Amino acid sequence: MAVDKDTVARIAHLARIRIPEEQQDALTGELTEILNWVEQLSELDTEGVEPMTSVVAMSLPQRKDAVTDGNCVDKVLKNAPEGAHGFFAVPKVVE
Amino acid sequence: MSKLTHLTMTEARDGLAKGEFSARELVQAHVEAVEACRSLNAFITETPEQALDGADASDARRRKGEAGALEGIPLAIKDLFCTFDVLTTAGSHILDGFKPQYESTVSANLWSAGAVMLGKTNLDEFAMGSSNMTSFYGGVENPWRRTGSNEPLVPGGSSGGSAAAVAARCAMGATGTDTGGSIRQPAAFCGIVGLKPTYGRCSRWGTVAFASSLDQAGPMTRSVRDAAIMLGGMAGHDAKDSTSVNTPVPDYEAAMTGDIRGLKVGIPKEYRIDGMPAEIDGVWQQGIDWLKAAGAEIVDISLPHTRYALPTYYIIAPAEASSNLARYDGVRYGLRVPGDSLDDMYEATRGEGFGAEVKRRILIGTYVLSAGYYDAYYNKARRIRTLIANDFKAAYEKVDVILTPTAPSAAFGMGDKMDDPVAMYLNDVFTVPASLAGLPGISLPAGLSGEGLPLGLQLLGQPFEEGKLLQVAEVLETAAEFKALPQIIS
Repeated sequence: MAVDKDTVARIAHLARIRIPEEQQDALTGELTEILNWVEQLSELDTEGVEPMTSVVAMSLPQRKDAVTDGNCVDKVLKNAPEGAHGFFAVPKVVE
Repeated sequence: MSKLTHLTMTEARDGLAKGEFSARELVQAHVEAVEACRSLNAFITETPEQALDGADASDARRRKGEAGALEGIPLAIKDLFCTFDVLTTAGSHILDGFKPQYESTVSANLWSAGAVMLGKTNLDEFAMGSSNMTSFYGGVENPWRRTGSNEPLVPGGSSGGSAAAVAARCAMGATGTDTGGSIRQPAAFCGIVGLKPTYGRCSRWGTVAFASSLDQAGPMTRSVRDAAIMLGGMAGHDAKDSTSVNTPVPDYEAAMTGDIRGLKVGIPKEYRIDGMPAEIDGVWQQGIDWLKAAGAEIVDISLPHTRYALPTYYIIAPAEASSNLARYDGVRYGLRVPGDSLDDMYEATRGEGFGAEVKRRILIGTYVLSAGYYDAYYNKARRIRTLIANDFKAAYEKVDVILTPTAPSAAFGMGDKMDDPVAMYLNDVFTVPASLAGLPGISLPAGLSGEGLPLGLQLLGQPFEEGKLLQVAEVLETAAEFKALPQIIS
């Protein structure tokens, strides 16, 4: 399965990764090579096989629906590139 | 004092208990070894003060009779484990300056057992790689060189810094993580022991996530017994990781009886791949002969879907990575590259913050999860993953453990295979199947290649049978008598 440059640009936007124009051709080639390589999976008949969700047979544990954490705003914000008034700060999103 | 760095963890434990040397002396020797080996680029962050303070605290605990199972043992921590207030990078530019305000469960368990941290080791960016060359902090040099050659070689990856640090006698052991072979392959390339436990045996909490259904932490050491001791210190149930398994951690050392008579060892014919170097085949045959001589029964088995494991992995792991790495957006931690709008800031930050291999995998993952391709790629891969796991289940009705080579070659040159992603992926051809099935595996050094480089043998086990793996691995270790030292310290 070959992908074209437009498809790569579209996926890159979906993934919110800026790819400079001059790198798009090389990346298109690499992604095509990888997708062609995984294409061999289609030769295998998987009709009726359950998709794996967990390698260990176990049911998800449950805990009491109670607050177990909190009151650590300083710790949460400690690594933020920009914070203000106890919040993360980002570029303006509403005019 | 330099000899202290050549002890195994087991020997150091005994020496400390007898009072032959203090934790301070042991740790000081290792701090100096870390400095002496800086040319390897094995560490991203060294923490000598923390190490020496930790050693003093350890000596104080021992005086009070409160020594833990790893009391005073100096360890290196892969820079994928969050460590409180110590820079944690995952080998990526995007985590610039990140100092976690919490400690990963695995490292916290090690400190509770008395171990001491020497620093944080280099790795492939977000653990994506088999050479350590994708690290933002540069490649790591393997402490080994080919006989008569000065060409620097890769230590393998992604836990390349951990493997190099242990092989170069900078640390008595190191933590690694294994998603598709990232503990076992570098262990093989550097001539040390690396154990990937069963999925769920060690908590993933506080470890930077790559592919959550595959990631598993494990020990990297210089002997099988050391791996047993260190795994005991890492493993255990953790309510903070819902996939952590709530079964007691056995005494792994007690399992190492030295007697494997009657034990059945499977040899999967599908691992005899085309183009495998004769010396890889040779070390595998040698391993078979050693186990036979120790009284094990050798059984030919088939794992028919083996050849589909790598492509399956390269759908599932990138899919999970694309989702896990969505959190690096320039808002909560690490790098931020300014932009005119929020989207612009996300795209600029992620475009600059991620390296080429990480971008490739996020894009592949985004593609195979996107509308129209989800069934054809992602669900297809999950179905084949079931078939691969079923292969192992069927095999384990006939055998106790499986023996294979760890990697299809010895260590290669720094910069080799960099222009061909798929050629690089083939490094993990023998390690990925067991990862997809969540099974435990151990690599141990079995001999040297014609060029004087270490070659590894891999044993794969049944779920939560790490004890049996260690038992068989120790028998192989005894037979192999691997005593060679890497050039940097010999």
